Amino acid sequence: MPKNDIVIRIGGESGEGIVTIGEVFVRIAAFSGLEVYTFRTFPAEILGGHVIFQARIADRPVLSQGDEIEVLVSLNQEGYDNHIGELNAGGVVIYDSNRVQPAGGGDDHVLCPIPVSDLARGMGFTRGANLVMIGAMIQLLGLPLGKADQVVTRRLGHHEDLLSRNLEALGLGHSYARQQVTQRLPAYLEPPTEGAGQRLVMTGNQALALGAIAAGCRFFAGYPITPATDLMEFLAKELPRVNGALVQAEDEIAAINMIIGASFAGAPAMTATSGPGLALMIEALGLSSMAEIPIVVVDVQRAGPSTGMPTKTAQGDLYLSFYAGNDEPPRFVIAPSSVEDCFYQMINAFNMAESYQMPVIVLSDQALAPRVETCPPFALDQVRLWKRQMAEPGAGNSFERYSVTRTGVSPMTTPGTGGGQYIAEGLEHDEKGNPDDSPQMHETMTEKRWRKVDSARHDVFSLDNAVEEWGDRDAAIGIIGWGSSLGPVKEAIVRAQAAGYRVAALFPKILFPMPDVRISRFIKGRRVIIIPELNMLGQLGRVVEHRYTHQIVRNAVDIISLNKYQGLPFRPVEIFDEIVQVTQALTRRAKMAPAQKVGQPSLRY
Amino acid sequence: MRTLPEPIAVRELKSDVKPIWCAGCGDYGVLNAVLKALSDLRTDPASVVIASGIGCSGRFPAFVSTYGFHGVHGRVLPLATGIKLANPELTVLAVGGDGDAFSIGAGHLPHAARRNVDITYIVMDNEIYGLTKGQPSPTSPLGMKRKASPYGTTDEPINSVAMVLCYGASFVARGFSSRPRELAEIVKRGLQHEGFSYIEVISPCVTFHDTYGLYKELTTPLPESHDPSDRTAAVMLALETGVKHLGVFYEDARSSHHAQIERLREKSGGEFSLEDVMARFYR
Repeated sequence: MPKNDIVIRIGGESGEGIVTIGEVFVRIAAFSGLEVYTFRTFPAEILGGHVIFQARIADRPVLSQGDEIEVLVSLNQEGYDNHIGELNAGGVVIYDSNRVQPAGGGDDHVLCPIPVSDLARGMGFTRGANLVMIGAMIQLLGLPLGKADQVVTRRLGHHEDLLSRNLEALGLGHSYARQQVTQRLPAYLEPPTEGAGQRLVMTGNQALALGAIAAGCRFFAGYPITPATDLMEFLAKELPRVNGALVQAEDEIAAINMIIGASFAGAPAMTATSGPGLALMIEALGLSSMAEIPIVVVDVQRAGPSTGMPTKTAQGDLYLSFYAGNDEPPRFVIAPSSVEDCFYQMINAFNMAESYQMPVIVLSDQALAPRVETCPPFALDQVRLWKRQMAEPGAGNSFERYSVTRTGVSPMTTPGTGGGQYIAEGLEHDEKGNPDDSPQMHETMTEKRWRKVDSARHDVFSLDNAVEEWGDRDAAIGIIGWGSSLGPVKEAIVRAQAAGYRVAALFPKILFPMPDVRISRFIKGRRVIIIPELNMLGQLGRVVEHRYTHQIVRNAVDIISLNKYQGLPFRPVEIFDEIVQVTQALTRRAKMAPAQKVGQPSLRY
Repeated sequence: MRTLPEPIAVRELKSDVKPIWCAGCGDYGVLNAVLKALSDLRTDPASVVIASGIGCSGRFPAFVSTYGFHGVHGRVLPLATGIKLANPELTVLAVGGDGDAFSIGAGHLPHAARRNVDITYIVMDNEIYGLTKGQPSPTSPLGMKRKASPYGTTDEPINSVAMVLCYGASFVARGFSSRPRELAEIVKRGLQHEGFSYIEVISPCVTFHDTYGLYKELTTPLPESHDPSDRTAAVMLALETGVKHLGVFYEDARSSHHAQIERLREKSGGEFSLEDVMARFYR
C-alpha cells in the first residue's frame, strides 16, 4: 500500500542546491498528478546559512506542512546531523554516501546510500549532483522518470547543452537507485494513472499578484522587503503589459503616497510590504481614509518587532492593521488563508477599496507568501469587479466631492473631467473639500466616513468567500481563527472528528468590518472558543473578547487563546492536542463545580 | 498640456476660497505668477492638478479652481509622481515650502529629479517654519535665534539650487515672489519643460523672518552670457556667495519618466491575457 501522504525534508547550507532539488522534486510530483504543499525556511544571509526545504506530497488536497517527517534527504554531514533527530522512527534517509556517514542512530531508519558525488564526477559533470539526487529520489519514492524528464526539460529547455547533461544525470541517479535499492520503502507515492485534473502550482505571492491584475490594478509602487519583494517582481513584468506602471520607490512612505496619487488620478493602485514597511505607511493610510482615495496595501507579515526575523512567520500585525494611525481612520482588513484564497481575497480587496473609497490592508504572512501549493485554476470568468461611484458634475463651481450620503460613499470625479474639480483634502473639510474645522463639520464628516464601514458590513458578508465556517454545528468547542492557520486547523478538525471529538470552526476572511452576526451566532452555542494565533498576546482573541463581551458573558463561554510565537506556522497536531485537552477539561468540569474555568486564562498585558 | 481655444482670465482661475496667508506674504506673489502662467498658456483648469504638502504654502491648491491634492507633510513629490504616471495627459504642479522640500521630504527630491518625473515643483522658500510660528528651517541662516534656537542655530543652510542641480534635475530655476512677472515667465517655461522642473522661489515671511529688504539687494538676474545647457557653469553660479541669481540655471531635454515607462510597455510587448499568465502555472 502506498502511503500517498508523505513529508520530505531537505536541510543544509544555503547555496548547496537544496531549494533547487526541492522545487524540481515537488514540480515532478505535481506534474505526476499529486498535490503538493511546501514549507521552507530562509537563511538570514544571502549565501550560506541554514535552510530547510520541506514538502508534503499527497494524492488529496494538502492543507498544512504536516506534523512529522518521513523522508530526510541529506547532501552532506551537517544536513544529516541537524535533522536526523526529527525524522520519524522507521523513516527513510536518502543521502550522498560520499559525504554523509550515518551515525549510530541510523539503526532506527531505512538507509538509502547513493554515491551522488562519485556518480556525478564519473560522468565528468560535478554540477549534475543535484540531478543525480533527484533521479534517485523519484525512483525510491515512486515518481515516474518520464514526468521528471518533462519537468527538467521545461526548466532548462532553452539551454540545449545543459539540458542533455542534466537529463543524463537524472537518469544515472534513477538507474543506480533502481539497481542498488531493491526493497520497498515504508514511505512511497503512487501517482494517479489518469484523471488528475488541471491544477495550478503557485505561491501565495504569485496568487496575490495575479489577483491584483484580475481585480484591475494598474499601478504599483513598492520598496523591496522580505518576504513581500517577489510580489513586486511579478508585477514589474506583467503590469506594463496591461498598460499599467510600476515604480520601485525610494522608501515605503514614497510608495504609499505614489499609489494614493495614482488612484486619485484614476488608476486602481496597490503596494506590498511587510510589517516594518506598514509601520512607515501609517500616516499616509490616514490620508487615504481622510481624502477617501481607494488603495490596497498588502502586508506579508514576518516575526518580531523592529527588524525581528525577516524570514520567519507570524500573525502579529492584526493590531497594527486594525488600530494604527492618529485618531480613528476607517479602513478594511482582509486575511486570505491559502494560495487559492489569495487570488479571490485580492479581488475582494480591490472591490472594497474602489467601491467604498477606502484603504484596504491584506494580511498575508511569511509562511503563505513563498510556499508552493497545488490548487484549482482560478475561475477568471466568475470575477466581478465593483467600480468606483463616479459623479457627473454639472457646470460651474458647485461639485461636492464629499457629499454627505446615506451610505457614506460620495460619488467622485477623476482629474481631467471638466466641472469636477475638487481638492482631495487631508485636513478636515466640508462637502466641497474646503478646509473646515468647525465642531459640526468634524462630527458630520467623521460619521460619514465611518458610515462606509457600516455599509460594507451590510454588503460584503453576502459574498460566499467572506467567511468560512465548517465542522459540527452544535459542538461545545468552537475554533475562531484567521489567515494562513486555516489549513492546520482544518486538518486538526478532520483528525479530531475521526477520533470522535466534536468541534466547529469559523474563519473570517474579511476581518474588518467584522462579521458580527456570524461571530455572535457562532459564539452563542459554544462553551469554549479556542483562538489559535501566531502571536503572544492573542490579538484576534482580545478583539473578540472586547467586541462580543455580551454574548461571551451571558452564555458563559470560555475564550482560550492558543498562541505560538516561534516564527513557525502551526502544526495540525498542536491544534488537535488543544481540542483533546479542552474536551477532557469540559468532561471533568461537568462532574465538578460548574463554574470552574477550562484551561489557563488568557495572558493579558 | 490640454489647452483651451481662449485663455481663462486669472480671476476665474481663482477659487472662491480666500487665502489664509498673512498680508504681505510672499506666497501671494507665487499664487499670482502661477495663475498668470496657467492663463497665458491657455491651460484647461480641469486638466491641471496642484499637489501640496503641509505648511503655509501647502494651502495653495485650495485657492485655485483646478484639481488639487493637499497631502501629508513632505510627500508631495511621490504624490505628484503617482498622479502624473496614472494620467500623463494631466499638467501636474507640486508646491510646498522649504520644510516640506528640504527637511521632512528631502529624501524624495533626488529621486523625482533622477526619474525626471514630468512635473513642475515650486518651492516657496521663506527660510522659516511659519505655520508653527517661527522655528528655524533647513534654509535658515546660521546662528538664527528663535524660540526653538534661543542661542542661535548651529546648522548650515541648504543651497537648494546647487543641490538639485547635482541631483541631475533637467530644469532648475530660481525666482523671487517680489518679481511676479519674471516669476510667471519662469513658471511657464517650467510647465512647458517635459521633465522634472525645479523652481526655487524666494518667498519671504513677513511675520517671522522678513527678508524682503535683504533679497531686493542680493538678487540679480543670471548673466546674459550664461548657457543653460551648461550644468557645471550653472552649479558655479549657484554656489556664488553674496548674491542670489534669478532665472533658469539649467535645462536639458532628456526623456521624461512617463515616456520611459511607455517604452517599457512597448518592450514588455505582446497581447496580454490573464488566462495565458495563469497557464504558465499549470502543472
